[in-house]
Amino acid sequence: MKNKGRFGDYGGFYVPEVLIPVLEELEEAFYKYYKDEKFVAELDNLSRNYAGRPTPLYYASRFSEYVGFKVYLKREDLLHGGAHKVNNTLGQGLLAKYMGKTKLIAETGAGQHGLATAMIGALLGMETKIFMGTTDIERQSVNVHKMKLCGAEVIGVEGATGTLKDAINDALRYWTGHVDDTFYLFGTAAGPHPYPTVVRHFQTPIGIEARQQCLDNIGRLPDIIVACVGGGSNAIGIFSAFLEDKDVRLVGVEAGGEGVSTGRHASTLVAGKIGILHGTKSYLLQNQEGQVFDTESISAGLDYPGVGPEHCMLKDIGRAEYVEAEDKDVIKVFDLMCRLEGILPALESSHALAYLMKSKGKLSSDTVVVANLSGRGDKDVGIIESYRKVTKG
Amino acid sequence: MKSYSELFSELDRTALIPFFMIGDPDYDTGLEIVKTAIDSGADILELGIAFSDPIADGPTIQKAGIRAMRSGMTVKRAIEFIKEVKDYKDIPIGLLMYYNLIYQYGSKEFFEDCCKSGVNSVLVADMNIDNAKEVADLQRSAGLDTVFMVTPNTRSERIERIAAQTNGFIYSVSLLGVTGSREKLSDTVKGLIEKLKGLTDVPVCVGFGISSAEHAVQIARSGADGVIIGSKIVKMIEENLDDKQKMLDQISSFISDVKSALAAI
Repeated sequence: MKNKGRFGDYGGFYVPEVLIPVLEELEEAFYKYYKDEKFVAELDNLSRNYAGRPTPLYYASRFSEYVGFKVYLKREDLLHGGAHKVNNTLGQGLLAKYMGKTKLIAETGAGQHGLATAMIGALLGMETKIFMGTTDIERQSVNVHKMKLCGAEVIGVEGATGTLKDAINDALRYWTGHVDDTFYLFGTAAGPHPYPTVVRHFQTPIGIEARQQCLDNIGRLPDIIVACVGGGSNAIGIFSAFLEDKDVRLVGVEAGGEGVSTGRHASTLVAGKIGILHGTKSYLLQNQEGQVFDTESISAGLDYPGVGPEHCMLKDIGRAEYVEAEDKDVIKVFDLMCRLEGILPALESSHALAYLMKSKGKLSSDTVVVANLSGRGDKDVGIIESYRKVTKG
Repeated sequence: MKSYSELFSELDRTALIPFFMIGDPDYDTGLEIVKTAIDSGADILELGIAFSDPIADGPTIQKAGIRAMRSGMTVKRAIEFIKEVKDYKDIPIGLLMYYNLIYQYGSKEFFEDCCKSGVNSVLVADMNIDNAKEVADLQRSAGLDTVFMVTPNTRSERIERIAAQTNGFIYSVSLLGVTGSREKLSDTVKGLIEKLKGLTDVPVCVGFGISSAEHAVQIARSGADGVIIGSKIVKMIEENLDDKQKMLDQISSFISDVKSALAAI
């Protein structure tokens, strides 16, 4: 490897020897192409005309009135596929094509990354396999259908619980046996080096655009940036442009599930301990011995027991702060956003909004906050209905 | 305590190394199985400690890990298990496990406790030679030998670096993939063993996909110092969970057969 892929002491590439050649190949290709004129032009064209970049920065006036300060939404939910995931799948998909790979594999939890990969597999004419836990396949059947419509094969993974971490385990295993022609399109800014760097890079347009839009439309930088954090790709995408702007507070919101004290949550940075999972050193939800926990949250997209290594470093050096939002507040703010703005936010993104709802009355009226609305909530309507039935029943 | 180098210099044939998940299907039965393997002719034992996310393992070893964890296996109990095995016979033991369990235990303390209980080496499945420094120095100062993996896609320059860090044996993976029994032996393995033998004097043991006495003989004829058989034997546990005697008999006769085949070369 050219570099060690470290963010402070976090990150690295804790993988079996067999994966080293293929990670080296990916690292080499990334550094060769990410500034290459032809590659950049092709990605830029697809980002604009296929995915729908740049996305608007929208002043949510009625929601702002409700919370008592100024809330702007970075509308990644308007992208093709309904989430920021397409930024990464276009970038990595193109990289796979430039590397001469003919097949794509990916893991998915909620199905958003799986769908975004299936779309790009179709676009680039690549055979695509999506690994998905059997539990997730059941609760996210709409996305499973969409992936299949795009020509992808969806492979059910049993594992211990049939969720995202089992899907990643199996995708890694499959990759080990098919390194020659297969590109592993990893979905978040975690996993072994170079993935945290690669995914971060392809998500930086969120922050670069948002920063410029603030300067152009508001005439100044925002006071606070807030984004939800599972693995952390949408958050690092928007945070990255503001890291040097020391007066801009960066807030990451994790899935608090039923409450951190209940143990049923996915608040890795809030409640985890340092460990090694899926090739990277990060905060981790695990028992004392080091067996990794299964997480619980209403949003399958945040259900991950690890977290991107750069977020771990930003937490430790105090550049970003990480908090959690519980399911009940997430549902409440989802309703609020629907009623006040006519926008259905994804349950993942609703975690960021829940932080704003809870900040009502605590921030001065001239405070400017940008929330990353990383995805749309159409996929979640069924989940919300059944949550209501359970809590009422 | 018997060292790898003592064992390899004593043997005039290829060593037979069965793999078991510690505590599969439970502590007591697992111990009986391992004792049976020793009585049937195992030269070295490769033992795994179950981890929640075993990315280098195929379905058979994954299920073994789940069985072990469900029966209450922990890292501390695994060390007790090893002590009991060593009390039964002074046979070299290599551990195969994942880094997070070691990291949480405290790497230095873990390797010291391993050495005290009679372990010869600890192969960390999710480490490679580039980050091996994090464990290799601690292993050596605790008194353990080092074992690292080489795969068919490892370049010669890396093989030399790996060999330089290894004083136990090189765990040579026969194919590109995860653990699991295969019908046919990979055709890359002969070339890989010859290449390794040309580059280093460190003993070479071959594992992954070796499923019959015939495979073992082919590996031995290619010049390997040891042959590691995991999934094929672990499957015999999985298939006979409700009939312990049959399980032990199958394992015993398989290991004896492979052993006689290796001895007859």
